[in-house]
Amino acid sequence: MADNRGKKNIGSVSYADFRVKIALLIVVVSLAPLFLVTGTILYQFHLFSNKMVHAHLDEMVLKHRQKIDDFLKQRLNDISHLSRNYGLSQLQQKQFLQQHLRALQADYGYVFVDLGLIDDNGRQLSYAGPFDLDDVDYSGSEWFEKARTRNTFISDVFLGMRGQPHFIVGVKQKWAGQEYLVRATIDFVAFNTLVEDFTMGKTGTAFIMNHQGEFQTQPPKGTLKLTMQQYMNLFEMGESARGGTVYREKQNLRKFSSEHFHNELYQIAREYEFQRLEYTAIPPHKYKTFTVEKMAQTGTRFVVIAAFLKNDDWLLIFQQEKKDAFAELNKTQIIAVLILFAGALVIIFMAFFISGQLVKRIARLDSEKEVMNQQIVETGKLASIGELAAGIAHEINNPVAIMVEEAGWIQDLLEEGIDKADNFEEFKRALSQIETQGHRCKGITHKLLSFARKTDSRVETIQINEFVAEVVDLLSQKFKYANIEVDVQLNPQLPSIEASATEIQQVLMNILQNAVYAMEKTGGKIIITTWAQNQYLYISINDNGPGIPPDNLARIFDPFFTTRPVGKGTGLGLSICYGIINKMGGRIDVNSKVDEGTTFTIVLPLYNQEPKS
Amino acid sequence: MAVAKILLVDDEVPFVETMIKRLTKRNLEVLPAHSGDESLKKLAENKRVEVVVLDVKMPGMDGIDTLKEIKKKFPLVEVIMLTGHATVESAIEGMKLGAFDYLMKPSDIDVLVEKVTEAAAKKRRHEEKIIEAQMRKITTRGR
Repeated sequence: MADNRGKKNIGSVSYADFRVKIALLIVVVSLAPLFLVTGTILYQFHLFSNKMVHAHLDEMVLKHRQKIDDFLKQRLNDISHLSRNYGLSQLQQKQFLQQHLRALQADYGYVFVDLGLIDDNGRQLSYAGPFDLDDVDYSGSEWFEKARTRNTFISDVFLGMRGQPHFIVGVKQKWAGQEYLVRATIDFVAFNTLVEDFTMGKTGTAFIMNHQGEFQTQPPKGTLKLTMQQYMNLFEMGESARGGTVYREKQNLRKFSSEHFHNELYQIAREYEFQRLEYTAIPPHKYKTFTVEKMAQTGTRFVVIAAFLKNDDWLLIFQQEKKDAFAELNKTQIIAVLILFAGALVIIFMAFFISGQLVKRIARLDSEKEVMNQQIVETGKLASIGELAAGIAHEINNPVAIMVEEAGWIQDLLEEGIDKADNFEEFKRALSQIETQGHRCKGITHKLLSFARKTDSRVETIQINEFVAEVVDLLSQKFKYANIEVDVQLNPQLPSIEASATEIQQVLMNILQNAVYAMEKTGGKIIITTWAQNQYLYISINDNGPGIPPDNLARIFDPFFTTRPVGKGTGLGLSICYGIINKMGGRIDVNSKVDEGTTFTIVLPLYNQEPKS
Repeated sequence: MAVAKILLVDDEVPFVETMIKRLTKRNLEVLPAHSGDESLKKLAENKRVEVVVLDVKMPGMDGIDTLKEIKKKFPLVEVIMLTGHATVESAIEGMKLGAFDYLMKPSDIDVLVEKVTEAAAKKRRHEEKIIEAQMRKITTRGR
């Protein structure tokens, strides 16, 4: 029993091992493609949506750039319209200007703050607006100096005489050989809303900056995300991104501007060349955005997208926290990763569950098989006992027949009378013969009983020699009738062995019965030898029968393989022997030559190598 | 005059001895033999044997082989098979090979005697027919 438990423990360990192996295999096989596919899709999705987000932001920036540019052009156009369609005499009338200012304000809201006409010397000839700026002399003011050299111009934002941020839109016009400047002031607030409206997500804000790093609109709410220098670098980046020649030109221009106008915040007027009158015209070059990603001082990453406007003077800068810009993408990625991990968890769980079920099933099948094998052994035992019984019956039948005949003879004599001649002597002889034959019967039944009594397959210490002798004895009648001489050469020093008596009996019985069957017609000799060597016990059963053909030799241990006619053999005998010996940790070797004989050698380990619990 | 002359073949010497006593008492002339070979030898020596009582299971030449030999060499001799339980099949095989009948061992002595008598009678009839045929042959030759 202890032995059995030991076996079961070994079994359950290997089952657990097996289970882990299956589970790992399932996990690896299912997770590897899952991770690969998800990873690839996520990466591609990341690339794609990155592109999409950037494209979208670019689009928005360009759109707003266009909107702002259009706004500026429109204002310029308004003034240009005014200067071209009306004569000097009309523009000199304050009332006319006021009338037009009102008309413009009615059309566009409070965008135009005031209107004015300035002569070549910088003196304001007429003015309409909220401030008292009649006859003001602009000569010497930076924007005027700049404006008089151009046909059209738009200034940067500056405070000017009124002390409020604004910028000027002006158009130069010639009347009677004299140059005049028609100008309008654009309200900073109105312009500012254009840019301020441009927001995205939670953190996306936009603002405009000029080459000097001055904000042309309200600086972004909250702290500046980048340093001024970083913003300034954007200009250079943008210019270099757009191409060398323009960059160089602008560099010169910048040098010129910075030499003259540096450090005067809000006072620097910049030219705005009005290239064409048609507003649908193609811009001097195709406007492009350029994008940088910067780490802010706070540690968050920013996407900064910039586009030039106003003939590259101004830079529309849009900035948004990367986290915010890619919020949708991140959300999707997080969901995907969550699903992935949930899936992985389910797969792992299922893998262990399924492998558990599988192994449980296999274990059950194994144990069923074990039971079945047990039953086959049992069946085989019954079959060999049946075969034996036939022999035994005949063996008993002979003495019984003699006893019956002797008894009959005594009856015959009794009819003659007990005192006649030597009948008395004959009685005595007959009775002793009956007794002899009775003892013979007893001997046979005892042999049979001792064989049949050992029916359980309990493992005990047994002496193989005893069993060889017993089985040979049991089969002696068979040997006799088949004319088989049996030579038993047992080593008297043979050590005992741990084995099941019935199983050993069965193995010996099966092999010997096969030998008898093989030599039934011809007769022959069987040599049984036992010896021990190197921790192994050997039982060799050699016959000089017809031998086993090589074709069959490989199959003799297969279940249901038999050469006997249908109904004569089950084909289980040797397969049972093999199973029994194998279970004991031993082996059966077969040597056979046709017409020379067969030798079965049973090799058993002397000490049970299986660990005992 | 004996009812019949028989040859009893069995490897069990005590059995043969007792049977001889019992059968002799019943007016049968019995010759013993303890193996197939011996039975063939005895048959060759004693042409007057009419019935062979033959044990099926014997070491060496078994009952069936002996029967074949007897039928080959002495076709007119009738054979009764004696068999234990396990060899009923061989008894049937024996009948197919020309045995007169078979008996289960141990058998009732009277049944055995009856069968032997029948077999002897059959043999005698058989012989008479042969003699008749031979005589007819002789007489027809004369014509």
